[in-house]
Amino acid sequence: MTALVEHIVNPTLIEARERPELIGGGFFAWAREKLFYSWLSSLTTLVLLAAMAKVGISLFQWAFLDAVWSVPAGPQGPITDSCRALGSGACWAVIREKYRFILFGTYPFEQHWRPAIVIALFVGLFVVSAMKRFWRIELAALWGLMLLLIGLLMWGGIFGLTFVSQANWGGLALTLIIATIGVAIAFPLSVLVALGRRSDLPFIKWLCVAYVEVIRGVPLITLLFMASVMFPLLMPEGVNLDKLVRAQIAIILFFAAYLAEVVRGGLQALPKGQYEAAYVLGLSYWQTSRRIVLPQALRTVIPPLVNNFIGFFKDTSLVLIIGLYDLLHSAQVAVAEPAWQGFGVETYIFAGLIYFAFCFAMSRYSQWLEFGLNMLRHR
Amino acid sequence: MTALNNDIQAHNRRATMLGSFVSNVAVRRFIWQALAALALFGSVFWLAANLHHNLAARNIASGFGFLTREAGLPIAEHLIAYTPADSYFRALLVGTLNTLSVAFWSIILATILGTAIGVARTSKNWLLAKLSSIYVDLFRDVPLLLQLFLWYTILQKLPPVRQALNPVAGVFLSNRGLSFPVVDWQAAHGWTLLAFVLCLLATTLYAKRASRKQLEEGRAKSFWPVAIILLVIIPLVVGFSLGASTNLDMPQPKGFNIRGGVTVSPEFFALLVGLVIYNAAFIAEIVRSGLESVGRGQHEAARALGLHPKNILTWIVFPQALRVIVPPLTSQYLNVTKGSSLAVAIGYQDIVSVATTSMNQTGQSIELVGVIMGVYLTISLSISLLMNIYNARVALVER
Amino acid sequence: MIAETDPTTKATAVSIQKVNKWYGSLHVLRDVDLDVAAGERVVICGPSGSGKSTLIRCINNLEEHQQGKIVVDGIQVDHNIAHLDAIRREVGMVFQSFNLFPHLTVLENCTLAPMLVRGVARPDAEAQARAYLERVRIPDQANKFPGQLSGGQQQRVAIARALCMKPKIMLFDEPTSALDPEMVKEVLDTMVSLAKDGMTMICVTHEMGFAREVADRVVFMDHGQIVESGSPHSVFGQPRTDRLKLFLGQVLREH
Repeated sequence: MTALVEHIVNPTLIEARERPELIGGGFFAWAREKLFYSWLSSLTTLVLLAAMAKVGISLFQWAFLDAVWSVPAGPQGPITDSCRALGSGACWAVIREKYRFILFGTYPFEQHWRPAIVIALFVGLFVVSAMKRFWRIELAALWGLMLLLIGLLMWGGIFGLTFVSQANWGGLALTLIIATIGVAIAFPLSVLVALGRRSDLPFIKWLCVAYVEVIRGVPLITLLFMASVMFPLLMPEGVNLDKLVRAQIAIILFFAAYLAEVVRGGLQALPKGQYEAAYVLGLSYWQTSRRIVLPQALRTVIPPLVNNFIGFFKDTSLVLIIGLYDLLHSAQVAVAEPAWQGFGVETYIFAGLIYFAFCFAMSRYSQWLEFGLNMLRHR
Repeated sequence: MTALNNDIQAHNRRATMLGSFVSNVAVRRFIWQALAALALFGSVFWLAANLHHNLAARNIASGFGFLTREAGLPIAEHLIAYTPADSYFRALLVGTLNTLSVAFWSIILATILGTAIGVARTSKNWLLAKLSSIYVDLFRDVPLLLQLFLWYTILQKLPPVRQALNPVAGVFLSNRGLSFPVVDWQAAHGWTLLAFVLCLLATTLYAKRASRKQLEEGRAKSFWPVAIILLVIIPLVVGFSLGASTNLDMPQPKGFNIRGGVTVSPEFFALLVGLVIYNAAFIAEIVRSGLESVGRGQHEAARALGLHPKNILTWIVFPQALRVIVPPLTSQYLNVTKGSSLAVAIGYQDIVSVATTSMNQTGQSIELVGVIMGVYLTISLSISLLMNIYNARVALVER
Repeated sequence: MIAETDPTTKATAVSIQKVNKWYGSLHVLRDVDLDVAAGERVVICGPSGSGKSTLIRCINNLEEHQQGKIVVDGIQVDHNIAHLDAIRREVGMVFQSFNLFPHLTVLENCTLAPMLVRGVARPDAEAQARAYLERVRIPDQANKFPGQLSGGQQQRVAIARALCMKPKIMLFDEPTSALDPEMVKEVLDTMVSLAKDGMTMICVTHEMGFAREVADRVVFMDHGQIVESGSPHSVFGQPRTDRLKLFLGQVLREH
C-alpha cells in the first residue's frame, strides 16, 4: 500500500526537488517566470509589493518597535500611562498581566495547574486521534477515559483536590471542553440521524429531516437563547440545569444536525451492491450498518468532518452571548478593569492567535487527509 | 407439489400465531414507527405540560397578544418609520429589515471580494496567489465573533468627528461611523434608475440573441456599441430630459455630529466589515475549487479546437465552474444571513437583538424565540428555493 | 413445466409459480413458472432487459415480486422476517460486480457473515474460510484487501464468501460479465467444480460453453417470459422459436 502511494507521489516529489534547483539557478529567472511574465503581472507585483511595504512597516512599528511590553506596578494596580502615551504601539503588557485569566478564566489562581494539564490532555488527545494507526475501537475507550480524567481535574473534590464549581471554569480550557464534549456526543447522534434520514420508515425519515433542516435553518444563537431562556420553562419545577449544561445541550443538538448531513453524504456515496451483498449474506440492518456501511462511509467523509470541527471550534465562541466565560469572553473581560480599558485589540489578537493555531492545524490536517484519499482513489 | 405444501404448513405451524404476526415486515415497520411517534409526542406533551405549569406559576400569559402593545423600545437605525411608541410588531419588523439589509449588503460585497480573491488564488503571479491564500487562511481560521469585536473596537478608537479621517473628498470616517455623499433623491432619479434597469434587461436579451446568432450564422455581431447605447446613453438622456439634478448631498462635520450625506453607524459598519471579510475567505475557496474543478483536459481540448482564450472562459470554463460553485455558495449565503445574528453582540439592532430586548421587557420568551426562528427559517428557505431554481438552470443533465 | 429430474425422487429446491412483477407500468416478469430440484443446475439466458436477473433476485427477495408464489427450500418468500432470514441463510449469491467489502481483508470478507449470522467461533470460521479459499485456488491472498486482487480473483473470493455460509442453493447473476476475457475461464472453472460437487445452482450467464458442460437445463427468457427450456443440447441444438434463434445468432457472433 505505501509503495503504491509512493509510486504515485513520486512525480510530485521529483517536481519539488527540481524547484530549488530552479531558484538556485537564479532568483531572477524564477521571478521573471512567476512575477514579471507580462506587463500586467509586473504592474500587479509592484503594486502589491508597495502595499505590503506600507502596511507591513506600520504594522511592524505598532506591534514591535513602538510596543509596550511591561508596565510598572503601582499601589492601586498597574500603571498603564506608558501604553496610553501618544505614539505608543501595541500594549502587550496587558497580555503579560492577563494571559492566565484569558487561558483559565476565573478558575482559582493557585489551582491553575489543573486546567493547564487539561489543555495539555486535550491537545494530546487530538494529536493521538489524528493518527491513522490509532483508528481502532480502543480510541473510543481512550476518549471516555480522558473525558473522565478531565472532569476529575476540573471539578476535583476527591484525591485532595479542592472542589471547583463549573461556574468558575473559563478561558481556553472551557472552550476546549465545550467543543470536545459537543463533538464527542454529537457525532454518534449524527450517525443515528443520518441513518434515520436514509431509512425507509417514513415517520422516522420525516422526523430526522425535520430535525436537521430546522436546526440548520436557524443561527446557533437562537438555540443558545432557547437553552438559556426557554429550557428552564420546559423542565419540571425544581429541575435546575446549570447554564453550562444547557448551553452544552444546545451545542450538541446544533453540531449533530450539521454532522448528520456530512455523514449522509458518505452513506449516499456507497454503492448499492454493498447493501445487497450484506443482505444476501444474511446480515441484519444493524450488523450491515456497523460492519459494512459505516466503516466505509465514515472513512470517505473524514476531511469534511474535520472541516466541520473547525467551524464548531469557532462557533463555541458564541456562548459568551449567554454569559459563559469561554476564551473570547475572557479576552473581552480581561480589559474590563479601568487600568486596562481600551486594550481590547491586544487581547483579541492574543485570543485570535490561539483560535488560529487550533483551526489552522485542523485545516492543514484535513487537506493532508484529502490529498491521501485522492491518491488512493486515483489508483 | 403436495410434498412442498406439507413442508410449508409444517414450517408455518412451527411459528406461533403471535410470533409470525410480530415478524411480519409490515407489522414490524409499523411498530418501530409507532414507538418513535409515541416517544416524540410523549416528550412534546411532557414539555408542554411543564411549560403550562411554569408559565402559570410565573403569571405569564402566553400568546401573541403582546405584539400590538407599545414597545417603548428605541431602535437607532430603521429602514421604515419607527418611534418607541410603535408596537412590538413594528419593532420586530424593523429588526427583521435590519437583518435583511445587513445580510443583503454583506452578500453582495462578500461575493465581489471573495470572487476576486478566489480568482487571484489561481493566478500565475506567485505573489498575488500567495497573498490571497494567506488572506483565506488568516480570516477563515478565526471566529467571526472575535473579528466583529476586533473591528468594532478599532472603529471606536477612530478619532471623534472634529478630527474625522477624510481619506477621499466627501468621505468621513470617525467614531460616529462612516459618512459618504449621496445624490439628492428626486423623482427624476427614479425614472433614470427604471430606464437603466429596463435597458439592462434589454441588453441581456440582446446579448443572448447575439450569441445565438453568432452560433447560427457563424459571424460575430458587434455587441459593445449596442450595450453602450442601451446602458449609458439612454439612461443619461432620460435623466437629463427630466432635469435630474447632479447635486450631491455632501456630509459636513458640524460640531459633534455629521450633517448631510449618509452615515452608517459603527455597529452596522463593523458588522458589515466583519461579515464581508470573514465570508469572502470562504467564497474565495468556493470560487477557486470551482475554477480548478474544470479539468486541464477541458482547457486543452478547447485550445486544440482553436477557441480563443476569451471564448474558452465564457463557453467552457465558466458554465462548468458555476455548476460546482452554486450549491456551496448557496449555503455560504445562508451562513452570511445566520452570521448576521451576531449583531446582538456589538449592539446593532437586528431581529435577534430586538427580540431579546422584547423578551426582557415582556417575558414572552417562547413566542419571541419562535419569531426569531420563523424569520430565519423563512429567509433560509427562500434563499435555498431561489438558488435551487438557479441551480436547476445551470446544472448539466448528467446520465 | 417439465423438469428433467423427477420431483418425486429429488426434493424441490426452488419453486416459482405464476410470478409477476412490474416496475411502475413496465411489466418485467410475466407469469413465470420454474421449478428447480435439489442438486439441479439451471442456466438462464436471454437478451438484456429480458427479466432474467430480476427473476433470480426475486428468489432471495432482493427484489419483491407482486404476484405469484416463490418457495425456497420449503419456505415461502413473503413478508415474514423469520422466513426471509431463513431463506437468506440457505441461498448464496454471486454478483456481476463482485460486491466484496473493500474495507475488509479477503479472510474477513469470508468470516464476517458466518461469525455474525451463524455464530461460528472465529478459529472455526477462519479455518473454514481458508478451506474454501483453497478450493477456489487463492489460498495465499487471504490477508490482502479486495482492491489488491484482479477481477477474476475477486470474483473467486466472492464465490468463497458465499460458500462460507454453507448455502444449499447458489445464485449467480452474470458472474463473468464484468471480467476481462482472460479472467473468465478461472471463474468458470471454479463454478464447474462447484457444479460437479452437486451444488444446486441457478446461473444467469451467456457462457454457452459453461451451459453445455454443466447445465441440466437451459431456460431462455425474453420480455419477462420463459420462452423455451430444456437440455442444453435441445435448446442450443434445435431452437423452436425465432426469438431464441435470433438470440443464439447474436451470442454466437459475439463469441
